[in-house]
Amino acid sequence: MAKVTYVEHSGAEHVIDVKTGLSVMEGAVKHNIPGIDADCGGACACATCHVYVDEAWVAKTGEKSAMEESMLDFAENVEPTSRLSCQIKVTDALDGLIIRMPESQH
Amino acid sequence: MSETHSGTLIIGAGHAGGTVAALLRQYGYEAPIAMVGEEPLAPYQRPPLSKAWLKGEADADSLALRPDSFYAEANIDLVLGVRATTIHRAAKTADLSGGRTLPYETLIIATGARARTLPIPGADLRGVLTLRSAADAEALKALLGPGKRLAVIGGGYIGLEATASALALGGSAVVLEREPRILARVSCEALSTFFTDYHRARGVAFEVNAMVESLEGAGGHVTGVRLAGGRTIACDVALIGVGAPPNEEIARDAGLECAGGIVVDEHARTADPAIFAIGDVTKRPLALYQRSFRLESVANALEQARQAACAITGRPAPAQEVTWNWSDQYDLKYQFAGMPFDVDDVLVRGDMAAAKFAVFHLKGDLIQAVEAVNAPAEFMMGKRLIGERRPISRERLADTTISMKEVAA
Ligand SMILES: Cc1cc2nc3c(=O)[nH]c(=O)nc-3n(C[C@H](O)[C@H](O)[C@H](O)COP(=O)(O)OP(=O)(O)OC[C@H]3O[C@@H](n4cnc5c(N)ncnc54)[C@H](O)[C@@H]3O)c2cc1C
Ligand code: FES
Repeated sequence: MAKVTYVEHSGAEHVIDVKTGLSVMEGAVKHNIPGIDADCGGACACATCHVYVDEAWVAKTGEKSAMEESMLDFAENVEPTSRLSCQIKVTDALDGLIIRMPESQH
Repeated sequence: MSETHSGTLIIGAGHAGGTVAALLRQYGYEAPIAMVGEEPLAPYQRPPLSKAWLKGEADADSLALRPDSFYAEANIDLVLGVRATTIHRAAKTADLSGGRTLPYETLIIATGARARTLPIPGADLRGVLTLRSAADAEALKALLGPGKRLAVIGGGYIGLEATASALALGGSAVVLEREPRILARVSCEALSTFFTDYHRARGVAFEVNAMVESLEGAGGHVTGVRLAGGRTIACDVALIGVGAPPNEEIARDAGLECAGGIVVDEHARTADPAIFAIGDVTKRPLALYQRSFRLESVANALEQARQAACAITGRPAPAQEVTWNWSDQYDLKYQFAGMPFDVDDVLVRGDMAAAKFAVFHLKGDLIQAVEAVNAPAEFMMGKRLIGERRPISRERLADTTISMKEVAA
């Protein structure tokens, strides 16, 4: 388990214990947290699971693959801390992770 | 016995049904919602059944669209393991197997499609399978593994994904296709050739122009596929992947128009204003292409779920979307957007030999569809250009030194 804080665009916070091995996207979907659509279910094919990783955690969440990088490039309101949340695996090292949601995924 | 609650009744608890139920609540719908599903499981995702799940890279838990607790929390009455048998439009009720009758104010038909079977001798042998449900996928996975020989009848994307997964599990595979090339119904010739070569290089055998005559067995279990002409291809498991007809009978019997899918408008409504239909079971307008078509994809199920939920809750209709789909095989990510209707030319951008390219289907200077392999920028920008009907220059599109963003500029 790792504690992940999901912050909706409205500011609403959800602090969730996510099973390690799941993706950050799955952690949200499994706990009914709105704001991550994940149309393709984690296949890195849709870019509707876009999130912003808290500055302090960017390095710990690892490198983006070339595929993720290109998909993100075409999402809305992309920032340097943007990630596709289906591509971040939750590990013990991510205990405390904070992510924020964009205004919309479509 | 008729029960008293009314509200919305959803027939079919699949990707479309599960999504529309959740959206109705998200959009503030407060009346009762009941959802009836024939399968024993709450709504789940089918795409991984031939991909990550089949290869053992995703657990069953990850298939569910929502956690089981969601339905009770959202006050959605989920009735599983039960089939809706008849719709009574005048009375606004539906009969269920087991004898219950449920009333509705609004009905949503989301019954999806079923795997087509082959009416040939031996089709009932053990080890002869189709792949549509989680139960089907369990049965298939149990028969794959090191040394196991898979014969795929029908070279479509699901069959090719199962092939790649069978190899990942240590087995071998042969693909048998009736047409002169695989993917004939869904992709252009360049893609057929590319996928054939890619699978072949990993040891997959292909037989095209292959007419399957019967399935042979020993002790009640399949041992081979017999082709017209007399040859038999030995196998331990045969997967029939020859399309999925719509589960439209319940609508047709109720007098709703069906034409290879339940006919709906751009709000996913049938000619009966109280009845919507969404997902694989529908024949829907595609405004971009000025025709109707039955789409079979998650993106379509989600789009129509949004259309119906907006119409039912009185929200403005959502913007029209460009249809899209994807497939994973080995290290290939295939992404498809649009529909190749009225195409007068195809253009390849990128390097097929390096497995990084896109095929653009053009009508004059408009992109009608794009098929991208390990080329997400081409997919994402192509999809946008299709939706905006923005003319492009063929020369610039073919030139990979010009980025996709610049092509569009
Ligand atoms: C192996 C596989 C791989 C796929 N891969 C992809 C992919 O990569 N990308 C993609 O976009 N799409 C993919 N698809 C297609 C995608 O899964 C479908 O488009 C999607 O499931 C359609 O959703 P639906 O709700 O319309 O139908 P379904 O998900 O089929 O749900 C319909 C449900 O209704 C039930 N039902 C039917 N009749 C009745 C009745 N009378 N009473 C009660 N219940 C009933 C059925 O049992 C079923 O559970 C794949 C499909 C399969 C099978
Ligand atoms: S869920 Fe589709 S890209 Fe992450």
